[in-house]
Amino acid sequence: MKKKESIFQLLTQKPWDPSQAKLDNLHKGETINLSKGKLGLRFIMIVCTIFFCLFIVTYADRMVYPDWQIMPEPLLLWFNTFVLLVSSVAFVSVQIASKNKEFEKVKSRMLIIGVLALIFLLGQLMVWQKLISSGYYLSTNPANAYFYLFTALHGLHLIGGLFYWNIAVKKVWIPSEVAVVKTQHTVELCAIYWHFLLAVWVVLFGLMLFS
Amino acid sequence: MAADSYEDVVLDKGSAVPALEVPPQDLYHAKSFWTRWIFCQDAKVIAIQYSITAISIGLVALVLSWMMRLQLAFPELVPFLGPAEYYQFVTMHGMIMVIYLLTALFLGGFGNYLIPLMVGARDMVFPYVNMVSYWVYLLAVLVLVASFFVPGGPTGAGWTLYPPQAITSGTPGGDGLGIVLMLISLSIFVVGFTMGGLNYIITVLQARTRGMTLMRMPLSVWGIFTATCLALFAFPALIVSCIMMTLDSLLGTSFFMPAMNQFGEQLSYSGGSPILFQHLFWFFGHPEVYIVALPAFGIVSDLISVHARKNIFGYRMMVWAIVIIGALSFIVWAHHMYVSGMNPWFGFFFATTTLIIAVPTAIKVYNWVLTLWRGNIRLTTPMLFALAFIITFVNGGITGLFLGNVIVDVPLSDTYFVVAHFHMVMGIAPILVVFGAIYHWYPLITGRFLHEGMGKFHFWISFLGSYLIYFPMHYLGFVGVPRRYYEMYDSEFITTSTTFLNQFITIVALIVGFSQLIFLYNLITSAKLGKKAGKNPWKACSLEWQTTDVPPTHGNFGKELPVVYRWAYDFSVPGATDDYIPQNTPPSEVSGAQAEKT
Repeated sequence: MKKKESIFQLLTQKPWDPSQAKLDNLHKGETINLSKGKLGLRFIMIVCTIFFCLFIVTYADRMVYPDWQIMPEPLLLWFNTFVLLVSSVAFVSVQIASKNKEFEKVKSRMLIIGVLALIFLLGQLMVWQKLISSGYYLSTNPANAYFYLFTALHGLHLIGGLFYWNIAVKKVWIPSEVAVVKTQHTVELCAIYWHFLLAVWVVLFGLMLFS
Repeated sequence: MAADSYEDVVLDKGSAVPALEVPPQDLYHAKSFWTRWIFCQDAKVIAIQYSITAISIGLVALVLSWMMRLQLAFPELVPFLGPAEYYQFVTMHGMIMVIYLLTALFLGGFGNYLIPLMVGARDMVFPYVNMVSYWVYLLAVLVLVASFFVPGGPTGAGWTLYPPQAITSGTPGGDGLGIVLMLISLSIFVVGFTMGGLNYIITVLQARTRGMTLMRMPLSVWGIFTATCLALFAFPALIVSCIMMTLDSLLGTSFFMPAMNQFGEQLSYSGGSPILFQHLFWFFGHPEVYIVALPAFGIVSDLISVHARKNIFGYRMMVWAIVIIGALSFIVWAHHMYVSGMNPWFGFFFATTTLIIAVPTAIKVYNWVLTLWRGNIRLTTPMLFALAFIITFVNGGITGLFLGNVIVDVPLSDTYFVVAHFHMVMGIAPILVVFGAIYHWYPLITGRFLHEGMGKFHFWISFLGSYLIYFPMHYLGFVGVPRRYYEMYDSEFITTSTTFLNQFITIVALIVGFSQLIFLYNLITSAKLGKKAGKNPWKACSLEWQTTDVPPTHGNFGKELPVVYRWAYDFSVPGATDDYIPQNTPPSEVSGAQAEKT
């Protein structure tokens, strides 16, 4: 008897029913066949998505007012986006290498990813500096305010990612701590978060570009 | 899916269950006093830390409410209290009670203590993150308290913090650090809560013991779990609005601030939308009501079932109602904004959804009453509080239906009717559950009962007292007494009889407030002097009472995790020797018991 349950089937179970009880007695206690870390990460990503979506909603609401003045998008922003994209692609190769247990490759590429993230953050700061020196201050216009806000919040999330990257690097780097499955798992979680942050940035950048 | 484990099940195999194969959880082991009691990763200790902090800050809010009441009734007794202080006290009282006491206590306190024990886990799944969650919460509380001591004092913007008044100099704390500290504190709280919430959700979903299906979980866990989901979806709206308002306040952006004059001077703001803030705030604010109410619903269901010695009536419907209420709570928020102005169709929509939410809520009330029907009711202190909750919740809920209608809300808005409504429904009702839950689980936490006599005295004075306080407030609202007024003595449109009523309310509020000292005294002294409770003193079925040690020690369940064979409500089962069958009792040990016919 192979049985896949939908949420509706699950919620209509009668736990007091003897035949249901016999099935339930063998339940392992897990709801979803997913590691706790992965499920936790999914929840973090859901919360982050709601967080950014709410900002986007306020952005859409605010931009219709007549005082909205579009900001220029310096070329450097495209470069930064490219850097983030490359770091995400590099993480895909790290995921593959980690799956194949090629930890030497993982080590070097993880370092490259860290450097790329720092370059991205530095690049964003340079964009800020450039815009400020051109007179686009935070309080001058709501469009400016949103630009600085979006870049700052995305940057903060990336810095959070770098903390987890640090944990992953430690696990990969220090041989005594290499418990293969755990390390692979950590690397994978870090990679998923990285791709997520790329997606967030693409959406935010696209929003600012096309609105 | 875990349903894969059903693969080889033969239904008539009998009650034999395979040997326990739950892999041991990597447990954190404390090595010193500091890591055992202060920076502790054990969910039970974290729960106590959360509870003590929440109750302590809640007592501050209680004292603030006394000051407000004294000002309204006997202003000559509080000459130091001017309009600014009054507004500051109103604001801090509201915010502390809703966020820093109730949310933290239900989810951080009861959530941490009950979830691992009730689902049969050794601890939360991410204990370190759980510990950090408490310390971040404490930081949020300290930042909030710090605002009392900065120049200009805390914010007096009202707990809803509506801009533009919240960050302009006409409002106490509006142009100083008061409002900024409030916004920062709330943001920190949300960060801390997200860490805790992550733990509650993943523990419930992935760390249950063998045999503990979702539909075998006690309703307390369902309530806390759903409330946490709500919080994870709703709190981002609070942090988003806090971040944007902080920028408006500190860096001069105009997210929420329109062009405006202040004392004849044009401010630098322009074009922002205060209504946008209201939408964001209430998108958080309304689910917040249910973030507090759903754990209360769950806990009270368990209290009623245990103390009426009956299985909960309509368990599945209770679960559905919790989930449906949680979902609906996200589409009712604008009923708090009828007087802010909106398209009439929006008003119609939000009034309709508000009324619809009464349906699953009413189902819950019926089910509680039907659980009591022909039950072997024991009027213990926890049961008294649970019964009082049902009545109070119905009272507060019905006035909510009044206010959910646009046409009734508009004249009653910003009157004491609203104050009476929300204090009944999300002040008194959940607090009654908190008290009931503490009286119920105190024997588990300390191994001793709270003193029954003091408990009953505390119950009657709190229950009757709160009605004497809030029932007259409905009347005050009807005669037009506005809320948030510092002084109403000489206002011509208010009848003088309201003054006497205000004095009456204040006297009762002080009596009820001081009677809480009896509870605190009971709480402290019973830990050492209370009657020994022993194991499972209420004869409950759920797993938290089935631990090898009482109070449960680190790791909760001794060497082996329990295996669950039944739901949490096998009370008074026909044919069984005792009137309860614990969840971990195998069918072979209660062979005479017949199946429930629910």
